[in-house]
Amino acid sequence: MDFISLGTFVQLLVTGISHGCLYGLVALGFVLIYKATEMVNFAQGDIMMWGAFIAFTLASTYGLSYIPVVILTIFVMAMFGLLLERTIIRPMIGEPPFAVLMLTIGLGFVLRAVAGMIWGHDEKEFDTPYSVDPLILGEVSLDYEQLVVVGCTIVLCLGLYVFLRFTRFGVAMQAASQNQLAAAYVGIPVKGVVAITWCLSTAIAAVAALLVAPLQLIYPGIGFVVGIKAFVAAIVGGFGNLSGALIGGICIGIVEQFVGYAFEGAYGETSVYVLLLLMLFVRPQGLIATIQRKKV
Amino acid sequence: MLEVRNVESYYGPIMAIRGVSIDVEEGSIVTLLGANGAGKTTVLKTISGALEPQKGSVSFEGQDVTAKEPDIIARRGVAHVPEGREVFPFLSTEENLRMGAYTQRSTGLTDDLETVYGYFPQLHEHRKLAAGFLSGGQQQMLAIGRALMLRPKVMLLDEPSLGLSPRLVHEIAEIVVRLNEERGVTVLLVEQNAKMALGIARYGYIMESGRVVMEDSTERLAQSTDVQEFYLGMKAGGVRGRRRWKKRKTWR
Repeated sequence: MDFISLGTFVQLLVTGISHGCLYGLVALGFVLIYKATEMVNFAQGDIMMWGAFIAFTLASTYGLSYIPVVILTIFVMAMFGLLLERTIIRPMIGEPPFAVLMLTIGLGFVLRAVAGMIWGHDEKEFDTPYSVDPLILGEVSLDYEQLVVVGCTIVLCLGLYVFLRFTRFGVAMQAASQNQLAAAYVGIPVKGVVAITWCLSTAIAAVAALLVAPLQLIYPGIGFVVGIKAFVAAIVGGFGNLSGALIGGICIGIVEQFVGYAFEGAYGETSVYVLLLLMLFVRPQGLIATIQRKKV
Repeated sequence: MLEVRNVESYYGPIMAIRGVSIDVEEGSIVTLLGANGAGKTTVLKTISGALEPQKGSVSFEGQDVTAKEPDIIARRGVAHVPEGREVFPFLSTEENLRMGAYTQRSTGLTDDLETVYGYFPQLHEHRKLAAGFLSGGQQQMLAIGRALMLRPKVMLLDEPSLGLSPRLVHEIAEIVVRLNEERGVTVLLVEQNAKMALGIARYGYIMESGRVVMEDSTERLAQSTDVQEFYLGMKAGGVRGRRRWKKRKTWR
């Protein structure tokens, strides 16, 4: 490995953290749905991709300015989440987990194919008001896009924390995820809670999409790539744990950047999956283990 | 107040209850006794809406509630305390109780909390602790307390004595009687501990393989030779204790 200057180090770190935040946000979607329904939604990344395309269409075709694009994208995606839950997921409640897994993988394929049909497979660019020259601090140059990613992730996570911890509905969501039967018996409308969880997780995917779009080019396969890394993030963090998802995401983001710098080429990408394997060998319960054994 | 009529429920292809009818009068304590697998829990699940009956009906306060969603039935004032103290393990004791009041609009929430802490001082002691760390007895108290937060008209108690020490069983039994007398909560109590259940209930049903085989006032149930033999463990007749393992149960 070459000598690494402070400037490069900081730059890699910030890039790693910002990519990590993105993986973490998508992973949050995985974990929210997993906790509420014990289903793993493999289409989470592709849902994010749809968010990016919807934002792109609103901005380029309809010429909306940035703020309305953000609000509308999140709203549209939240409604999309509700629709998915209602039409595809709810009928699957009680089916074997494997069937649900196949369904969400299939859903991912469909979303990708339909996106390709509508928007084509060439890469699109999405500009934001903050897509300007990078911020130069001495020898460090930082993209505003990356700083915005980190900032938004922090705000979103704080918001989510406050919602889940202090609001009546948020605590009810936690209760329903911890013990569905007991939640129903105290009068929590469990089906409604599940629907809102889907809504929330697709809305978070929309936020991730709005953040990823200015960083990378948009194409139908983007969700698959990000989705798989987010899945790794969720496992590394300890599936079923919200803060774990974010920490896992940041870990793999940083590892990816530094390995990519040290060995060049595709090693950065590969390192993510090596990390996954190591993690599964050494600490399969994840960084932040949920201290609960399933009752038989 | 609560009427169950000819209910048949299935777990997949397996018929768990085969035409059960039960009446619970307002203000009473009614018990449902039976061995493992007799279908007692299934009856409760059918009442509270967790299971949909194939046949028959459940009505509460004169209104049909057959196969309604559990949260709707809970909203009507039916509090189900499930078997095995299903608390929310990662929420604190107090949050668990507050969740019990989910159907209530915030008025009087603090008073209700005080009431529950009055009945269960131990819960007040551990109100900040995650419910998963409570002992078995405390979790059972929490489950009952949480149901109480719903301001229930009827409480369905599923084996509250399960896995508790005799002293705790006694304590829980006392509290059930107090809830019934002081707060007018009607109770449908499912139990394996027949001695405790017959002691506090006024009327009782005995179930065996999915059917009600006997129903009567608890005094008369306690006199029945079958109940004495199979539920209260008394031996029939003389010093030599002739066991009747060859004789059939007649449920008379």
